[in-house]
Amino acid sequence: MDIAVTKKKLGLKERYALMTRGLGWEPSYQAVDDVFPMDTFEGIKIHDWEAWEDPFRLTMDAYWKYQAEKERKLYAILDAYAQSNGHLSLSDARYINAIKLFINGFAPLEYMSHRGFAHIGRQFRGVGPRVACMMQSLDELRHSQTQVHAISNYSKYYNGMSEFRHHYDHLPFLQVPKSFFEDAATAGPFEFIVAIGFSFEYVLTNLVFVPFISGAAYNGDMGAMTFGFSAQSDEARHMTLGLEVIKFVLEQDPANLPIVQGWLDKWTWRGVRVLTLVAMMQDYMLPKRVMSWAEAWEIYFEENCGALFRDLERYGVKMPACVEQVRKERDHLSHMAWSQFYQGRATNDFHTWLPSAEDMDWLSAKYPDTFDRYYRPRFEYWAKCEAEGKPFEATAIPMQCQTCQIPMFFTEPGEPTKLAQRHTEYEGEQYHFCSDHCQKIFEDEPEKYVMAIIMGHEVFKGKAIPEGVDPTDPDFNPAAAALEFWRLRNGLDNGLFNGSEDQRNFDMWRGLATSNAVENEAEGG
Amino acid sequence: MSVKALRDYKFEPLDKAANFGGARVVYAGWDGHMMFASPYAWPLPPDLPFANFLAGPLAQAFSQHPDWANIDWSAAVWTRNGQPFSPDLDGSVADNGLNHKDSLVFRTPGLDGIGGLGI
Repeated sequence: MDIAVTKKKLGLKERYALMTRGLGWEPSYQAVDDVFPMDTFEGIKIHDWEAWEDPFRLTMDAYWKYQAEKERKLYAILDAYAQSNGHLSLSDARYINAIKLFINGFAPLEYMSHRGFAHIGRQFRGVGPRVACMMQSLDELRHSQTQVHAISNYSKYYNGMSEFRHHYDHLPFLQVPKSFFEDAATAGPFEFIVAIGFSFEYVLTNLVFVPFISGAAYNGDMGAMTFGFSAQSDEARHMTLGLEVIKFVLEQDPANLPIVQGWLDKWTWRGVRVLTLVAMMQDYMLPKRVMSWAEAWEIYFEENCGALFRDLERYGVKMPACVEQVRKERDHLSHMAWSQFYQGRATNDFHTWLPSAEDMDWLSAKYPDTFDRYYRPRFEYWAKCEAEGKPFEATAIPMQCQTCQIPMFFTEPGEPTKLAQRHTEYEGEQYHFCSDHCQKIFEDEPEKYVMAIIMGHEVFKGKAIPEGVDPTDPDFNPAAAALEFWRLRNGLDNGLFNGSEDQRNFDMWRGLATSNAVENEAEGG
Repeated sequence: MSVKALRDYKFEPLDKAANFGGARVVYAGWDGHMMFASPYAWPLPPDLPFANFLAGPLAQAFSQHPDWANIDWSAAVWTRNGQPFSPDLDGSVADNGLNHKDSLVFRTPGLDGIGGLGI
């Protein structure tokens, strides 16, 4: 019997086909609809899954080799940075608060993204998108890991980072990014990939990535810069996947357009609401600033995404209507947010401070139509309160939007001294919103948002207390119990930057590194 | 509209009145005083006199503002969920018909915030 001679090496094309689509099979004793029960209920019609074009012709073995090489480099740099006390070469200790925002608010989203893509990588019946989603899922897992590893170097020395998982699950302001992602992850697979793969990864990603990673570069943070660069090539792939999905879905059936447009409208708005945190970081938290939020919006949304939406017009896609309001809020967003975080500082896991005279001049120059008129007087008054030893601080729990969960600090579009409120009733219960767009999102799917965990309400319901603490005890202190439940160490993790342990330690350690001053005993962090 | 889901998607609202141990959540914001970034929220006992709401939780939240001491409550203008509202200061939360998750806003004519700037 002759033994067939097999070729020793497969050609690239052959190898790619075998290692991606060749991995799928037709089920023989189960109906396809039973094997993939989730990819039809959203109403998206796909007639030909084979029409899917892989945006990146990457096979698993190549992926493995390529990523391993990147990680070796990344960890070599991280080690060198840690061993040379790289944290002391930062522009200023205030910068570390941007790192805290990142590890608490964004790294857990990478992990959620891993879970989401792993989930939908099982749910699409087309093999091509399943393989692409699986690789993105692995990317996201690696990103959250490398971010945690890079930032653990800071957590050894500074407060507010060690409880990032618990904070992400429970700290009030972190319910904003958390609820954003859980909204996507509890949708069907097509909505998830439009929400995260397109709206977040494609439309808004530069507004996250550039501020944080350029901010890291400008402020001497080699650690964050390195994981940023390591992730960048993956991000390019994710953007391509996001765009490919939109085009694929729109080309498959004209009935898909209104569904997809609804998701684009919803997720652009939800994404921009989450980016409030980034806007604030950019304008207020970086000691050396890269560009203002307004400038970033102009470049990365108006110019880049404007071109993208013009390109998608041939499918009938329109620029989301909410963009009008985002434009009106552009010159207000970061100032409103920092005002909220400054006064709500007891429940933050990072420090806040008032902008210096120099900072305010920069803000005036970047926001000539709004800063001096509406926001400078607020900061100057609060500076006076601080100077008098009576710093202003909110003492009550803020009212929150039922959809985005952000405290209701947004003003009426075009009326910067009037707080916006929207109100609706659903099945006998009342709900409040920060905007028309959040109200519309609720009214489109009220069943989903009536279950939103509003952290202020959780406190009132007695849900924000540590296990074993009795709220009927005469010595019960609800504020202290809530801080303990949230694992916020009062005065260490929260509060003002000036006078903080982080500030004192950084100044002392940097002093030791750059002078021959007699050593004082370092305080534990 | 309604959520699209694989199966029935119907759950109890998380924040219905029964979950607050008898209290009603009430929100209140001070119009034209942007020093306070947002309205605030309190769980109020239904039998709490409205005047005590003003003198207690509301004062605690807003009295850091120099305008607070000068408020003439008989001249204050209130809205509830955007509609005109005239609270009876001597009546309780329940007497005033305040429902769970009502949102109050009060305006204090003549008091225009720090430097008259609405702050």
